[in-house]
Amino acid sequence: MIEVKNISKHFDKKQVLENISCTFEKGKINLIIGQSGSGKTVLMKCAIGLFEVDKGAVFFDGRNFSELSFIERKPIRQEIGMVFQGGALFDSLTVEQNVMFPLNMFTNQTLKQKLDRVNFCLQRVNLSKVNKLFPSEISGGMKKRVAIARAISMNPKYLFCDEPNSGLDPQTSIVIDNLIQEITEEFQTTTIINTHDMNSVTEIGEKIVFIYQGKKWWEGTYNDLKSADNQELNDFVFATKVMKNLKASL
Amino acid sequence: MYFYRVMLSNTWFEVGRYWIFMKGLFVKPEKIVVYYRQVKHELNSIGVGAMGIVIITSVFMGAVITIQSSYNLVNPLVPIYAVGIVARDSIILEFSPTIIMLVLAGKVGSSIASEIGTMRVTEQIDALEIMGINSSGYLTLPKIIAAIFVLPFVVILSMFAGIIGGWVAGDLSGTVPSADYIKGLQDQFVPFNITFAMIKTVVFAYIITSVSSYHGFYTEGGALEVGQSSTKAVVYSSILILVFDYILTQLILA
Repeated sequence: MIEVKNISKHFDKKQVLENISCTFEKGKINLIIGQSGSGKTVLMKCAIGLFEVDKGAVFFDGRNFSELSFIERKPIRQEIGMVFQGGALFDSLTVEQNVMFPLNMFTNQTLKQKLDRVNFCLQRVNLSKVNKLFPSEISGGMKKRVAIARAISMNPKYLFCDEPNSGLDPQTSIVIDNLIQEITEEFQTTTIINTHDMNSVTEIGEKIVFIYQGKKWWEGTYNDLKSADNQELNDFVFATKVMKNLKASL
Repeated sequence: MYFYRVMLSNTWFEVGRYWIFMKGLFVKPEKIVVYYRQVKHELNSIGVGAMGIVIITSVFMGAVITIQSSYNLVNPLVPIYAVGIVARDSIILEFSPTIIMLVLAGKVGSSIASEIGTMRVTEQIDALEIMGINSSGYLTLPKIIAAIFVLPFVVILSMFAGIIGGWVAGDLSGTVPSADYIKGLQDQFVPFNITFAMIKTVVFAYIITSVSSYHGFYTEGGALEVGQSSTKAVVYSSILILVFDYILTQLILA
């Protein structure tokens, strides 16, 4: 479980996050939703320590991550897997080397053990015959899947995904969503997804945090969302015709 | 006045951030074997990759130095073999360790800054940091070690190429007969000049790799900013090479 307690963050004179507290539960898909520029990515980057918070703290299963030094954070970091918006695969490495990278850095496994693990992870994300290809030689959807394979290669307890569906077609988005859901259930990870894809909200959202203008505006389950009377939340979630029709049918 | 104050404070900010960046390089590495592999890769990329341009530049510069020296040394009291002495000392003391390193600041420096800058804007550095890897050390230290180790060999190669270029040009143009040139090369040779050239090369290799990595590492934005970082890396490395060229010459030779 990850607990965010009263965190605030500003850049120059702009307050980006203001006193945000929320809890992300184990074995569930926790979604952070909100408009572009609302502070979702900053919240995620504060949670994983890429940005230092001005105030407040982040707890990983009771361990105060915010007060630890770079070296002290290492053991927790090795329990974190992250899927970036653009994949963030290393251009100079092949798919196989990308997935093997954390294993090379942090384990003393033999090459065979590492290759077995890489192949398992690639199979888990339904990729085959791409081991020797470079990131520039594969499609956007495949890059996301390789990024997921790299994120799960160390058996993470916490999985962070920053807009995993951005730039993907609807069918591939569903494949990625289902994959993240299966991995969360199978490995019982605490999964946090940053998204503004409403399809993800309706399909896989279990716990939802809505960020509005840098503040936590609403928090609840998908069932709560359907009946929520929060004006800003409803304007955001039910903005499209499809979602309006869905709301009317509820 | 305000302009100078802002410029001064920016300069101090950059200097301070550069030292913090340098301090980060020497945090205990995650796994020595991974760094060793990276160093081998960089030796190839920085050293072998630069051979072509170094040889071409050196041969032609050696040729030009020889022809220009013979053109200027018209006094009948100065023997023709003095051209060999002038060419040798110019190449060893200044041309190979400084001018070639300026060329490499353009080639290697821009490549390092754009490589690391692209990694920054595509979140690859964030990915390293989330894994708990000391990204500045992992990306920069192997480059610095490789450059310090391989560039002295590149500069020695440049010295040979420059001297051969001068020999061929002098002989082909008929301005400096081969025997005179070789006699000049052997006359009044000071072995310490090679040591001095190597000291300069090591310092310049450190400047090129560290300054370029620094500019790449702190790139913010997108493709445009990667280009700007690359340009800054070349400009700052070149200026620092010239400043340290003067300082080292003053300290060691004066």
